[in-house]
Amino acid sequence: MSSPAITTEAKPAAPAPPPPVDKIKIKVDGREIEVPKAMPNWEGKLEPTTMLQACALAGIDVPHYCYHPKLPVAGNCRMCLVEFGTPMMGPDRKPVVNEDGSPKIAKQVLPYEPGTPRGAIGCATPISPGMEIYPSSPATKQMREAVLESLLINHPLDCSICDQAGECKLQEYSVEHGQAQSHFVEMKVHKPKAVDLGPRIVLDDERCILCTRCIRFTKDIVGDDALGIVNRGSYNTIAAWKEGAFDNNYTLNTVDLCPVGALTSKDFRFQMRVWFMKETKSLCTSCGTGCNTIVGSREEKIYRYEPRQNDAVNSTWMCDSGRLNYKWIGREDRLKDVLVRGQKSTWAAALKEISEKLTKAVAGSVGIVGSARQTNEELYLLAKLAKKLGAVTDSVPRVGQADKLLVSADKNPNTNGARFTGIAAAEMGSNLKKIADGIRSGAIKTLVVCGEDVTKHGIGADLLAKLETLIVSDILPNDTTAAAHVLLPGCAHVEKRGSLTNVKGRVQKFIKAVEPKGDARPEWEFLHELVHNVTGQNGFSTIEGLFNQMTAEVPAFAGLKWAELGDTGKSVSI
Amino acid sequence: MIVKRANLTLWERLFLPTLLGGLQVTGKHFIRTVFGGKAVTMQYPEQKWVVPEGYRGAPYLVRDQAGDTKCVSCQLCEFVCPPKAIKIIPPGDSSLKADRANAEKTPKEFEINMLRCIFCGFCQEVCPEEAIFLQRDYSLTGETRDEMIYNKEKLLALGGTHAGVQKWKQKLEEAKGQETFPVKD
Repeated sequence: MSSPAITTEAKPAAPAPPPPVDKIKIKVDGREIEVPKAMPNWEGKLEPTTMLQACALAGIDVPHYCYHPKLPVAGNCRMCLVEFGTPMMGPDRKPVVNEDGSPKIAKQVLPYEPGTPRGAIGCATPISPGMEIYPSSPATKQMREAVLESLLINHPLDCSICDQAGECKLQEYSVEHGQAQSHFVEMKVHKPKAVDLGPRIVLDDERCILCTRCIRFTKDIVGDDALGIVNRGSYNTIAAWKEGAFDNNYTLNTVDLCPVGALTSKDFRFQMRVWFMKETKSLCTSCGTGCNTIVGSREEKIYRYEPRQNDAVNSTWMCDSGRLNYKWIGREDRLKDVLVRGQKSTWAAALKEISEKLTKAVAGSVGIVGSARQTNEELYLLAKLAKKLGAVTDSVPRVGQADKLLVSADKNPNTNGARFTGIAAAEMGSNLKKIADGIRSGAIKTLVVCGEDVTKHGIGADLLAKLETLIVSDILPNDTTAAAHVLLPGCAHVEKRGSLTNVKGRVQKFIKAVEPKGDARPEWEFLHELVHNVTGQNGFSTIEGLFNQMTAEVPAFAGLKWAELGDTGKSVSI
Repeated sequence: MIVKRANLTLWERLFLPTLLGGLQVTGKHFIRTVFGGKAVTMQYPEQKWVVPEGYRGAPYLVRDQAGDTKCVSCQLCEFVCPPKAIKIIPPGDSSLKADRANAEKTPKEFEINMLRCIFCGFCQEVCPEEAIFLQRDYSLTGETRDEMIYNKEKLLALGGTHAGVQKWKQKLEEAKGQETFPVKD
């Protein structure tokens, strides 16, 4: 089982030019261009360039349903039909030339009807030298209209209740290439609706155009041969091998892949129309892989995560468990107030008190437990604080089950960030015992905990009770936040900006999608204030400046600039 | 462009002819009202003007001839509404079923803020289900702002019935006619 996520990871950053390959000259819509003879296929292996790829290089988008750059070519939707011609050869095997010396082009025509142009599917037809492709010709246009009309024969046209409406290729191409009227006067074939395909997927067979993207993805990318086509002719339907048995951890990718509204997500079903979504580039924080995501939100509520293409990390996929891991962000019991010894307080008062305590603290009397779920910038600020206070620091390791495709065994999204900044011990978690012993012996009097429930990691409530000061910053309540003397409400990653370093050393940034709840503030903001108050050094109060300061000071990040991270991040050696 | 104002003539500067002309109109209406019984005014709000057909009054939701909610919460009206007066809460994955078999979707809540509504009629124009119509009410009053936010229940009660093509019913009957595939109601 090959997996494109892994094969593509070996490649350098996305737009890097491929090694020099043979180029051939072709004409697209009469304009001559030079295109590589071979281009990477879905697995990243070189294969002869297709007409569709050549048109894309010429800046012309050929409409398609079944073709997907990350899936094997099937060529069954026929939408990418284009008219084309090849240089005419004489009986002497020499090119026939026009009077002006240019090669004569023989347009492909129907053998039994030479006046009618014959198209070929762009996604599976390789180009040849001298070929001419006409993606905008009247014949091509007519072919598209006919194909679209044919695809719509049995389509129910229930856009008003279809979740795909607004991001549906049938709608888009109907507007761009369709005809308003159908010649079809017979009764439409009705197929099952709202079929339970699996725990997270609903299938509407009437809407399906049988492009088989879902089948190919599930079989060739995930390696779970769960889907197929059953019945014949107009009664063709997609089906799982057993009803409800489409249950691997990547099923929701088929919802993204489905060009129409046949496969829809149960989680997102009838929740919100897609045209209301504010889309923010973000990252998945459910494991160390750091899949690139798009957060869909409206009016400060998150509705869905979708994968965003990054060939160096996740190709165009993400796992279901990561995708659905957003509901806790809107939980009612989120920490919303700054609490000082249980009393509601203000940021100014709480930070003043903490700053005074930490400034007076004797060297070595402070312990800091960071979290490998925090951003690089936050861990860097914590490390600065720790350096000034001579504190013992560590963070909590999380190990789970990895899979072949995307899920990483490291369940922390920023283990490498914690290592690089020096917050994590050489072996992550080994210092937690030292901190516990320090509290027990009375050497450690002040403990700063960020985003972790230390009572579950060897520093029990009895030890926390011995502390003079316990400063906790977290998002959801737990036993540690309950014991905190000063409690600072923090933010989920979708509520702030920052960067994370994934298991392979990819430094990627994420952008704020929604406002924090209540009084909660991004951790880096108040940590920046604390560092200023305690160390006396001023830092940067913008995330860009802070990141650039960090990369100048932390050797592992050397040379990185926030502005240069782009949407897909930069790799550092680990 | 500057328009030069012509100087008034002596006749015009007298003002009396115009004054008398005005009094003549007043007198004519006085006689019409008192002796002819043809009043041009109305005792509003006790008496109300009956608006002509096609008048764009307040938008209300309608039911079909079977008494079912027509709206399927596609949210196009919410999207198109220029003053953002409409707010729809879609059903989500809740067990809330549409009144009509086969329609699958129905709004959980549908609110129109009549203080915001500008009676433009875009919602009626965009509706693919013929579920919302601008009707004849033109004077909506309330004592609080909350009162002026009409919910689904109120909108349906005020909207009445609009008989039309029952497309979901047609589809269902068509599907039932094809024995090969059982259709779930």
